Amino acid sequence: MREKTLIVLCIVAAILLAHNLYVILLVLPDEVAQGPIFRIIFLHVPAAWTAFLGFLAAAVASALYLVRKDLRYDAFAVAVTEVGLAFAAANLVTGMIWARIIWGIWWTWDARLTSMLVCWLLYAGYLMLRHAVEEPTQRARIAAVFSIFASVDVPIVFFSIRWWRTQHPQPVVWGGGSMDPAYWNMLFLNWVPLLLLGMVMVVIRLRQERRQRELEALRRMAHAL
Amino acid sequence: MNALELDDVWKFYGDFPALRQISFQVPRGACLALLGRNGAGKTTLLRILSGLMRATRGAVRVLNADPRDGAARSRIGVLGHGLALYDELSALENLTLFARLYGFNDARAVARAWLERVGLAASAGSLVREFSRGMRQRLAVARAFLHQPEVLFLDEPFTALDDRAVTTLQDLLREAVREGRTVVLSTHQLREALGLATHVALLVRGRRAYFGPRTDEMLEDPGWLYRRYGEAT
Amino acid sequence: MRAPVKSPPETARRAAAPARPGFVRGALTIAAKDLRAELRTKEALNASLAFSVVILLLFSFAFDPTAEQTRALAGGLLWLVFAFAGALILNRSFARELPNDCLDALIASPVSAPALYLGKALANWVLLMAVEMVSLAVFGIFYNAAWTRRFGLLVGVVALGTWALTVVGTLFSALTVNLRLRELMLPLLVYPVLIPALLAAIQLSGPLALGEPLASDMMVWLRLLAGFNLIFTALALTLAETALVG
Repeated sequence: MREKTLIVLCIVAAILLAHNLYVILLVLPDEVAQGPIFRIIFLHVPAAWTAFLGFLAAAVASALYLVRKDLRYDAFAVAVTEVGLAFAAANLVTGMIWARIIWGIWWTWDARLTSMLVCWLLYAGYLMLRHAVEEPTQRARIAAVFSIFASVDVPIVFFSIRWWRTQHPQPVVWGGGSMDPAYWNMLFLNWVPLLLLGMVMVVIRLRQERRQRELEALRRMAHAL
Repeated sequence: MNALELDDVWKFYGDFPALRQISFQVPRGACLALLGRNGAGKTTLLRILSGLMRATRGAVRVLNADPRDGAARSRIGVLGHGLALYDELSALENLTLFARLYGFNDARAVARAWLERVGLAASAGSLVREFSRGMRQRLAVARAFLHQPEVLFLDEPFTALDDRAVTTLQDLLREAVREGRTVVLSTHQLREALGLATHVALLVRGRRAYFGPRTDEMLEDPGWLYRRYGEAT
Repeated sequence: MRAPVKSPPETARRAAAPARPGFVRGALTIAAKDLRAELRTKEALNASLAFSVVILLLFSFAFDPTAEQTRALAGGLLWLVFAFAGALILNRSFARELPNDCLDALIASPVSAPALYLGKALANWVLLMAVEMVSLAVFGIFYNAAWTRRFGLLVGVVALGTWALTVVGTLFSALTVNLRLRELMLPLLVYPVLIPALLAAIQLSGPLALGEPLASDMMVWLRLLAGFNLIFTALALTLAETALVG
């Protein structure tokens, strides 16, 4: 993707975010039960959606790498995983801030927060694994196998933790229930700039991976001479 | 059927080509000396042929099958640098294990027979940990040969062998070739290998710089090959 | 070597063209080899056993739990101990093939990669079960727990939970065999993946280890554990070749 396209995307994202922030902070009314801090949901939830999209893309890219053995799939897998991890962290932090303000505690083993934390640990493990392998082809293969395991695990994690919390209830971060349609619309509307930003970050990361691979190959060729 | 067929084989580590456009055929009953400097790609090529690694591109056929194919692996023998022996098991247990892995029903009997053959029958029950280097090599050779492989891949087999062990290994390999087996030797030690070889392949920076029958010229002046073809890219 | 080498005796000649070993036979051969090697040196076994017994004792000493507290903590404590003790055994699993390049010889042999993986997983499972049974006995003594009262069900649950740990741990052991910092990385990779299975095992083992019956709504955990094992065993067998050879 060309520089210009990236810049345009950033500008569009910035404009959308600015507009959304205005609406979120000044136009939308307070949610009845939760108070003003509830507005953090407009970052909290779309961040989670973006993170999951990233992890799903990583799983598909990893599987494709194992089939096609093209390192570009591997580059894509690491790029979307890293971006997904960043958004997952945003989700966790906003969740913790919300919990702190509403409940006075930083952490509760709430089903959704816990599940997201486990996902974060899984994909942080993926990155840690990559750092331990120097040779690119081996690294891609090992990382892809782990990524597939992690992805298959994610739905099982969510189900198991939800059942655990059903059996042993604890305070829940934003109780759920129905929401004002204006809120729903804003959730989706705010997802768009986050997605755009995510895409820009992935493209930048992909470029970085490609340059890294070229450097690596040149270095090896220089040694071989 | 050729013993080995390589057609436009490439191996990439990332974007670095360790093997480039490797193509040649080795007939059955040949003894191929695979030569080249460190980093030329000998080990990589040997590992691909042995079924330990896959090529990135190109076709590799050993006895007209993919080397990763289970049936092909039954007919391939590998003797690597590490000798592949379990220190904490006895000589008999080591050979019995591999005999079982290669599908023998009477694994123990086969193992005993081979211990007999390499002169280790007296140490059958001793742990490999206690063996001398020479005894380990004999056991490793037994392990590599026990399933009567039709193709043998040896990686630097003459390294750190004393003269007597070198001669015995050469005798064993010569006998294998006489029995119609194909042998591929990767080595630095030109003199030992060229004496045995029927064919020679030279790898330079991942490319096949030379492949052909071993000539008397090479035998008389082992360095000739490197001088003539060594700088080709 | 003595020269000349003798010509092959009849047994070797007759048995010259063997068939490929079947999947199960190959896996069992590998499992037997691993068990024999481990029982001879007992390195991983001793470390694992010592670790789990020490932790159980220290915990009992440090917290001096009442019967009520033990009831609340039993499942979690046991499975934390099993998970950490398991890491010591899992680490050795493929690492024991590294000296002398034995792994190459195994991969080059006709045994398929899934059979090789399964054999090692089986051996790990047996070793870890042994450690866990001893740990349960220690637990029973020091925490006054009637763990033998529902012995069959408890052993069944522990067996399932251990298989979950082993299935994932053995595959990751294969994946990380050549990497530096393997000992640190293996647990860090395995535990997050294992969380659903650990959760299920903890919920189920808690009451059973104290001799109490399982409530009817606990059955979902049993189904989760069984499902986890099925899914990940299938996945591991599918990816074994990729993990080992690529």
